[in-house]
Amino acid sequence: MSKIQREPTKLVPIPSVNRIPERDIDKSPILECQHLGIDFGGLSAVKEFNIAIGRTEIAGLIGPNGAGKTTVFNLLTKVYQPTRGTILLDGVDTHSMDTAAVNRAGIARTFQNIRLFNNLTVEDNVKLGLHNSIKYGMWQGIFRLPGYWKEEKIAHERAMELLSIFDMEPLAGHEAGSLPYGAQRRLEIVRALASNPSLLLLDEPAAGMNPSETAELMENIVKIRDTFGIAILLIEHDMNLVMGICEGIAVLNFGQIIAKGTPEEIQANPAVIEAYLGKRKEEAK
Amino acid sequence: MKSIKLKQHTKVDFATYAGVIVAFIIVTLMRSNGLLGRSTIGLLVPICCYVTMAVSLNLTVGILGELSLGHAGFMGIGAFTGVIVSQAMLINGTESVPLRLFAAMFIGAIFAAVFGFLIGIPVLRLRGDYLAIVTLAFGEIIKELITCLLVGVDKKGLHIIFNYNGLKTVSDLHLAEGGQVIIKGAQGATGTNTIASFTAGVILILVALVIVLNLIHSRTGRAIMAIRDNRIAAESVGIPITKYKMIAFVTSAALAGAAGALYGLNYSNLVASKFDFNTSILCLVFVVLGGLGNMWGSIIAAVVLYVLPEELRALGDYRMLIYAVVLIIVMLTTNSSQFKSLAGSLSIRQSKKGVTER
Ligand SMILES: Nc1ncnc2c1ncn2[C@@H]1O[C@H](COP(=O)(O)OP(=O)(O)O)[C@@H](O)[C@H]1O
Ligand SMILES: [Mg+2]
Repeated sequence: MSKIQREPTKLVPIPSVNRIPERDIDKSPILECQHLGIDFGGLSAVKEFNIAIGRTEIAGLIGPNGAGKTTVFNLLTKVYQPTRGTILLDGVDTHSMDTAAVNRAGIARTFQNIRLFNNLTVEDNVKLGLHNSIKYGMWQGIFRLPGYWKEEKIAHERAMELLSIFDMEPLAGHEAGSLPYGAQRRLEIVRALASNPSLLLLDEPAAGMNPSETAELMENIVKIRDTFGIAILLIEHDMNLVMGICEGIAVLNFGQIIAKGTPEEIQANPAVIEAYLGKRKEEAK
Repeated sequence: MKSIKLKQHTKVDFATYAGVIVAFIIVTLMRSNGLLGRSTIGLLVPICCYVTMAVSLNLTVGILGELSLGHAGFMGIGAFTGVIVSQAMLINGTESVPLRLFAAMFIGAIFAAVFGFLIGIPVLRLRGDYLAIVTLAFGEIIKELITCLLVGVDKKGLHIIFNYNGLKTVSDLHLAEGGQVIIKGAQGATGTNTIASFTAGVILILVALVIVLNLIHSRTGRAIMAIRDNRIAAESVGIPITKYKMIAFVTSAALAGAAGALYGLNYSNLVASKFDFNTSILCLVFVVLGGLGNMWGSIIAAVVLYVLPEELRALGDYRMLIYAVVLIIVMLTTNSSQFKSLAGSLSIRQSKKGVTER
């Protein structure tokens, strides 16, 4: 799509608190949440969650443990059905979609507790990400018709290409469950990317990585955004990573957004320092 | 890379096909040289049926990862459907044995698949072990339903009575001259023209293997195994869970139906109680001992554990002792990675273990 083409205005005006990066400012956001919320029993795990994410934005979601960050991802991907509010993906309400349909509509994710297909090979894990773009059916597979060979070949090449983002081609034949922790996290990202999302959700992608691995991951996240031209929303506790690559950040505390802004604004925000950043500094001492 | 990997599992698959064919040739040679006793020859067709049962059940239990406790129910549906098809064709002038065998197994498979589908609709969308409970009930119910059937055939077609209160008799079928009763309620199928053969059994095994192994190594099978490994992750990459669970379960049921049809055509008298819970569990034992998801393991377990109790009759008291020992040996060999690599199979799995990062 060329840059001059404008989307027809179909959205409610974007509240000024929601950050859209400069280059996306003339376009509608890829994701917009309005008054999103969920209750577990009596507990409101997430409430009044409003956010807009630009089409090629790298956005961060931070906050103390138990703040509800993962729950937000589960709401966006419909692992949980929201109790309140609206999710607009590229202007389309995902109200009636289930998890699989949301993925087909354009949201892919990784998990805080890694969820790979452990008994399958690395390559098969990526091919499962490609599942909906591989075009042959059950009978063509059983009878090994030409469609099977053709599509499997394309899928193999595509899988290798995607694995090459993290230089993981040599691991293609290995069982996913036998990979070291860092490689498993990277494979999850590749698998999510394979499903051709327009919004990629990363839940603590740097957890358990050493500083050099984290630095490499930061580069790769930016590279992925630039190559694929997609939006990325990430949850992360590593402030170097968050402040280094995120263009917009939202801070969650007790299920509520307490601040939104650029990394500079967030770092200077007294409420954020009080609720989160300050505590982290103390922990570090 | 791909060519290497393809070779790996293709190698295992072809070794499995080759093993079945070699076993067929050896048994046929031994048989024609009079080396097999009468009782052993009588076991050949049932062995083929149980091997197919084990392979098909492994698709549900090992590949899909759902527990099914009523696989014999599908076998029973296939058996009685097959007998009806074969007998009806015979009465109406089709004498060709291969044609009747094929039709019986094909239609038996379709009937079993339809029942699998009907069970699957409510159950497969649920999470948890509901399939185990429902298939358990299904197996028992099917057995009872077949016991209520009165079926006869004449030139005008099939006559079927569902004799739920036990008040009807065969004469209520009102068969025309030259008609024949095929199923007599609790007495089961009687007077069946036994056309099942070892050759047909081996062909059935090979067809079942081709279907299951090719399915596993295709887009569809990958999706099924993804659901087994991690349902939430599978959903997160856009895989429709219920659809793929259904494909696996219905295929599994269909193959059990075909196996049942062959089984039914091996006996002139067959009662529905043959397809009870014990038979379902027996098939499950083959699958578990042969290794979940391991098709050649299922084959070996089914053959050894079906033949053994029969062949050990002569040993009297020691029979169950030896049976138990063999059970353990089968479990250790088919589930041990050393044996797997020794057998030249799953060698990928072996090499994977020693990976360190980069
Ligand atoms: N399925 C659930 N049932 C009940 N409570 C839940 C559920 N999922 C999350 N919660 C609660 O919601 C809160 C937020 O959890 P989570 O989103 O995992 O936090 P984090 O910000 O660390 O990712 C926690 O108090 C957690 O106990
Ligand atoms: Mg979390």
